[in-house]
Amino acid sequence: MDKTWNNKAWFMVLPVLVLVAFNAIIPLMTVVNYSVQETFGNNLFFFEGVKWFQEVLNSPRFHSSLLRQFAFTGLILLIEVPLGVAVALAMPRSGPWVAVCLVLMSLPLLIPWNVVGAMWNIFALPDIGLLGYVINAMGISYNFTSQPLSAWFTVVLMDVWHWTSLVVLLAYAGLVSIPDAYYQAAKIDGASRWSVFRFIQLPKMKRVLTIAVLLRFMDSFMVYTEPFVLTGGGPGNATTFLSIDLVKAALGEFNLGIAAAMSIIYFLMTLLVSWLFYTLMTQSEAEG
Amino acid sequence: MARIDCNHIRHAYGPHPKSDKDYALKEVHHAFEDGGAYALLGPSGCGKTTLLNIISGLLYPSHGELLFDGKDVTNLSTQERNIAQVFQFPVIYDTMTVYDNLAFPLRNRGVPEPDVDRKVRETLDMTGLADMAKRKARGLTADQKQKISLGRGLVRSDVNAILFDEPLTVIDPHMKWVLRSQLKQLHRRFGFTMVYVTHDQTEALTFAENVVVMYEGEIVQIGSPAELFERPKHTFVGYFIGSPGMNVMPVAVEGRSARLGSQTIELPGAPKPGITGAIELGIRPEYVRLGASGMPVSIRKVEDIGRHKVVRASFEGRDIAAIVGEDEDIPADPKIAFDPAGINLYADSWRVEMGG
Repeated sequence: MDKTWNNKAWFMVLPVLVLVAFNAIIPLMTVVNYSVQETFGNNLFFFEGVKWFQEVLNSPRFHSSLLRQFAFTGLILLIEVPLGVAVALAMPRSGPWVAVCLVLMSLPLLIPWNVVGAMWNIFALPDIGLLGYVINAMGISYNFTSQPLSAWFTVVLMDVWHWTSLVVLLAYAGLVSIPDAYYQAAKIDGASRWSVFRFIQLPKMKRVLTIAVLLRFMDSFMVYTEPFVLTGGGPGNATTFLSIDLVKAALGEFNLGIAAAMSIIYFLMTLLVSWLFYTLMTQSEAEG
Repeated sequence: MARIDCNHIRHAYGPHPKSDKDYALKEVHHAFEDGGAYALLGPSGCGKTTLLNIISGLLYPSHGELLFDGKDVTNLSTQERNIAQVFQFPVIYDTMTVYDNLAFPLRNRGVPEPDVDRKVRETLDMTGLADMAKRKARGLTADQKQKISLGRGLVRSDVNAILFDEPLTVIDPHMKWVLRSQLKQLHRRFGFTMVYVTHDQTEALTFAENVVVMYEGEIVQIGSPAELFERPKHTFVGYFIGSPGMNVMPVAVEGRSARLGSQTIELPGAPKPGITGAIELGIRPEYVRLGASGMPVSIRKVEDIGRHKVVRASFEGRDIAAIVGEDEDIPADPKIAFDPAGINLYADSWRVEMGG
């Protein structure tokens, strides 16, 4: 049979291509454009090659915000994932309380990010905020606007409050999908509570936990609004994470070349680490 | 191994059962003898699995008590009862190897490792899983997984009983046959008390010495396969066992004869006087003789199923099935006669004894 070739069909996908071009490729290319050139206004551009990249990669300022970024992301993953799983395990699996728990868990996720930052800012103020006041009243000196440790504590606590729910909801979805027969068989086999978790619940939650870890990694690695509203990156640079540093460079100092190079490095890093996580967490599955 | 007594056990899933309808298990009062092989046979939803889960302790009965060798275990946990149970769908521990899956129930009970190894190897050989012992359980096929489940049930030799809840549903027909004969062999060798839940009559009849037929939350008959076939105590047993099931027709009884429409059927004996309720006559297709003499029928259909033929006919306006030999001819003017040995009489669905 002869195939009829009709290249007009390509026009059908044109709208999508245009859309993608406008919202992804063109902005991305602008960034690439800035990252290899020097500009002095009046639309004058000079090609600089990889100069900005070298500068960013060698700058101690970038190193320290990168370090802070990894510390923050690592810390919240270490807290949120186990905590989220623990809360999911403690939630009822049936009955009227399921709905109550689910709504309570979803609440923090529904609050706009800058509101979260503002809320915690007021909540943690040492003189009038409930949290700040109580901590100081207990005899611990706490002031997130002047002490780096207090600032870190507050930023991490805020993120845990805001995002643990996401891990809880995903882990819970994994848990309720386990058929009763597994728990019954475990009883028959005389498995302890720990064995049930280790050999039934954890393996069955693995897929959703992979997604949870990936989402939390990407979101926390790119975190901006909440710490910006809460501490503005301070005191000093104590809570200046990559994105805050980036905005400072781009908009505060108008170093467009540096900022563009940083954006690209940042983007590639997020992509690389996500890929690493994903590969590591799905690797054992392929072996089985 | 133990004798299991169910003393007036009733169970309702809802919190406040009012009428009999609310009970998934109406009343079970029965003893499973030590070392017996029992099949619990019945349609879906008749309470077989409920009864099984009550025995293993996964469910706590609403009423009644459970005894193992005369000792009350109603309040003991599943672990304390020391029961093995195999479920309808394979349950395996994904992250473990086949070997570790089988060792799991033993290790949980603190069995010394050399004994674990010996028992697991025995079980691996028995279930034909020996060559995949080192493999992760995850990648296996459904019937291999179910063999692991079976193996975990068989690996402990000191259990009070082994309960099977339709364990061969996911296994293909040929494997079913093999596994069932293996189970039977095991039973002969080790004398476990075994209770096997199924809705498949062939499975029940080939596995068990004693078949317990359940219907709507009650045990309707307990007996050997032959008893269930020859003397069904309840019309349900007649319908459910046999293929096709028993012919049941409403009749009026006078002394030693039963009337159905214009026909009179001679009974093997006279029922006790004074039976009341809806009287029915039951006869299996195997006992309906098709020939040139007897009561007239009109044949609707003949199904040739290999070893014999099933004749579907109309008798006094009612459907009736008869089984005739593969080589027998169907007469042109068909008549049927009932073999007296196969005639049973029922009042309100329960069998009535007939005197000689």
